[in-house]
Amino acid sequence: MVQLSLPKNSEIKKGKYFKDKTGSKNLRKVNIYRWDPSTDEGPRIDTYEVDMDNCPSKVLDILNKIKNEIDSTITYRRSCAHGVCGSCAMNMGGKNGLACTTPHAEIEGDIDIYPLPHLKVKKDLIGDLDGLYKQYQSIEPWLKNNSTKETTEIYQSKEDRAKLDGAYECIMCACCSTSCPSYWWNGDKYLGPAVLLQAYRWIIDSRDDERKARLKKVADELKLYRCHTILNCTNACPKGLNPAKAIAEIKKMLATANV
Amino acid sequence: MKAYNIIDHEYDVVVLGAGGSGLRAAVGLSEAGLKTACISKVFPTRSHTSAAQGGISAALGNMGEDDWRWHMYDTVKGADWLGDQDSIEYLCKEAPKAVLELEKYGVPFSRTEEGKIYQRPFGGMTKNYGNGIVQRTCAAADRTGHAILHTLYGQALKHNTEFFIEYFALDLLMKDGECKGLIAWNLNDGTIHRFRAHTVIIATGGYGKVYYSATSAHTCTGDGNAMVLRAGLPLQDMEFVQFHPTGIYGHGTLISEGVRGEGGYLVNSKGERFMERYAPNAKDLASRDVVSRSMSIEINEGRGVGKDQDHVHLHLSHLDKSVIENRLPGITEAARLFANVDVTKDPIPVVPTVHYNMGGIPTNYKAEVLTMNGSEKTVPGLMAIGEAACVSVHGANRLGSNSLIDLVVFGRAAAKRAAELVKPRTPHEEIPETETQKCLDRFDKLRNAQGDNSTAELRLSMQKTMQSKCAVFRTEKNLKQGVDEIGKTYDGMNSISVKDKSLVFNTDLVETLEFDNLIRQAVATVDSAYHRKESRGAHAREDYPKRDDEKFMQHTLAWCDGKNTKISYRPVHQSTLTNEVQYFPPQERVY
Repeated sequence: MVQLSLPKNSEIKKGKYFKDKTGSKNLRKVNIYRWDPSTDEGPRIDTYEVDMDNCPSKVLDILNKIKNEIDSTITYRRSCAHGVCGSCAMNMGGKNGLACTTPHAEIEGDIDIYPLPHLKVKKDLIGDLDGLYKQYQSIEPWLKNNSTKETTEIYQSKEDRAKLDGAYECIMCACCSTSCPSYWWNGDKYLGPAVLLQAYRWIIDSRDDERKARLKKVADELKLYRCHTILNCTNACPKGLNPAKAIAEIKKMLATANV
Repeated sequence: MKAYNIIDHEYDVVVLGAGGSGLRAAVGLSEAGLKTACISKVFPTRSHTSAAQGGISAALGNMGEDDWRWHMYDTVKGADWLGDQDSIEYLCKEAPKAVLELEKYGVPFSRTEEGKIYQRPFGGMTKNYGNGIVQRTCAAADRTGHAILHTLYGQALKHNTEFFIEYFALDLLMKDGECKGLIAWNLNDGTIHRFRAHTVIIATGGYGKVYYSATSAHTCTGDGNAMVLRAGLPLQDMEFVQFHPTGIYGHGTLISEGVRGEGGYLVNSKGERFMERYAPNAKDLASRDVVSRSMSIEINEGRGVGKDQDHVHLHLSHLDKSVIENRLPGITEAARLFANVDVTKDPIPVVPTVHYNMGGIPTNYKAEVLTMNGSEKTVPGLMAIGEAACVSVHGANRLGSNSLIDLVVFGRAAAKRAAELVKPRTPHEEIPETETQKCLDRFDKLRNAQGDNSTAELRLSMQKTMQSKCAVFRTEKNLKQGVDEIGKTYDGMNSISVKDKSLVFNTDLVETLEFDNLIRQAVATVDSAYHRKESRGAHAREDYPKRDDEKFMQHTLAWCDGKNTKISYRPVHQSTLTNEVQYFPPQERVY
């Protein structure tokens, strides 16, 4: 049988245990992935007992409570706290989502909190999204329109504007792409659901003059066709968007249009 | 102190902050051929511009007749005559151009039947100088800020802007009263970076997090404002803090004024539409300070709703379903997530919540930073834009949807002015090492702090003090207590503790540096409020209920060296920029 040896730092050890000091009768155990690049130690899971009587309803509230009251060293991104900035995307109870909109009551048993899957970890819950951001840049996310009229807007019918609904709302939290097995294995070449949804947003904008060129650009075995309609992306999107459908629409356009 | 390795950079211009105004400036600077760096502590699309909902004002006249002069009058009146009318003229006149430009960049605005940009009514926006409601606020459903921010980031990518992302700025580098650059800490690898620049443009946003309950993001800590204070320069009109009438009760999430623009209204425990009593004409669309005060009075007089009678209800279930679905989808989601309310059936529980800082870094309409030294002077090499700046176009109270337009108009103005002032690739002067040393000393001291007070405890104490002593209604006694308590919290910094000593993504230290920034602004805010003995716009003094134009038609300037402040005043500009409009003299402000 083949002997597999895992690379250094890939084994997660049991870490510290922070016992409750409040005397609360309503405790939940929260297990958090910890890794600090400035030490030689591998990753570990620290466990915190959290007093739920004095904790608001979202997973982010738990993290804030731990950072403020128990252990100020835990590290995670956060900003708006109401699901519009996309900073606090992470994996909670085995599902990707935004910590600020995910109710902890929906997670049964101990609450496990990990970084988004399959990203290089920068520290604790902070994943490296640089690759995804570069892919985003590669789809040229800006309007290409040759109109030179300065005194009016480019007119767009209500119907054409409605086509952007479900696409322009994406907050690039990366919950979808990092839930996609295809993106896990080919994330360097496959654009993934988040970026393809953005590509679609510009492809179907009636004001854009470069629709064909945009379609051609993504029409690639690896960039686009690594989508195998697993649909984890749509399942993961915390904004209720449907990246899988957008990808299917792009494929349909390529199959039916004369590109 | 262990020596920090410093990595040097040279740029024509450095923009600090990558929200709406910072990105718009960066785009303009790149277009002008200036070597530009844009530094941000968060990835650009995480900036708080993304949370702006209702829209961006501009007298396009897509939904009936409009005129930028009417917009100017509304803004002057909304500002309770504390705004500089030359700057307000510039804002309102440039607004339509700036919005059309955004549309060409690709912002997915909602549309009218003819395919034009959709505009909705908003608080304080009127036609013909206060005679009737106008539809002036351009909207992308109720996600206008998100749509603008993502589009501007795309434009910055198009122009190959050089970003330094997840870099936390520490201090400005000053020499003989001029700004020469700044120092920042790269959170990704823990290195320290020194940026030399001929112009630094501060676009770091507001500092809502000095308060306990705010619609502001965790990252709204006014870092640029504090850097300006540490550089020995003043902040302006810091006492003017806007409470948004409709933050979700208990959570603080913003519910757009667009809800009332589309026909929603506020109701007290008796089921009364109480705004009819306070603002007979504009009703629920009076300006924000007026609505927030009215709500506070209702609550204080026992007509609040809920178990503790401490909030009111925002009704929108009577609105057409398609209006809710097409124009207010974002707040529908927010109400479900944070108030457990289905807006098609039930009202949203709301309470006035800290939302916006009218005060900030004083500038002229070209975005150049001002100081007072006998008379008004510009600070060479330094500009400020967006919520960080106090231009002052919002005066004592900002009108809803005037902030997004402020971002793009003055972001653009700053780029234009920098292009006039800076010749590309001009060599840089040497900066004395003492400036770098001073900055790193503070950084190192906080990093190695081993006291008894946690940053979170001190921050909470500051936030609770500001919430109770410097809120919608203020008194001499309350404010004096506020000054003392904030002073004590400031002293608590002497024994602060930072547990994480590392340099890579040390958010324990980031939050401590942010707290150091916040507490200085809390000092400036509460002291400025204490000294303004009148009521104007968002600053309502129960002991001085009238506006006092004789004494206080002036901007407050606050210099803070630690917790010691010096307060001085600068006259409001009482003239317009051109002859295309006349100065609007002060009037009684009724809605």
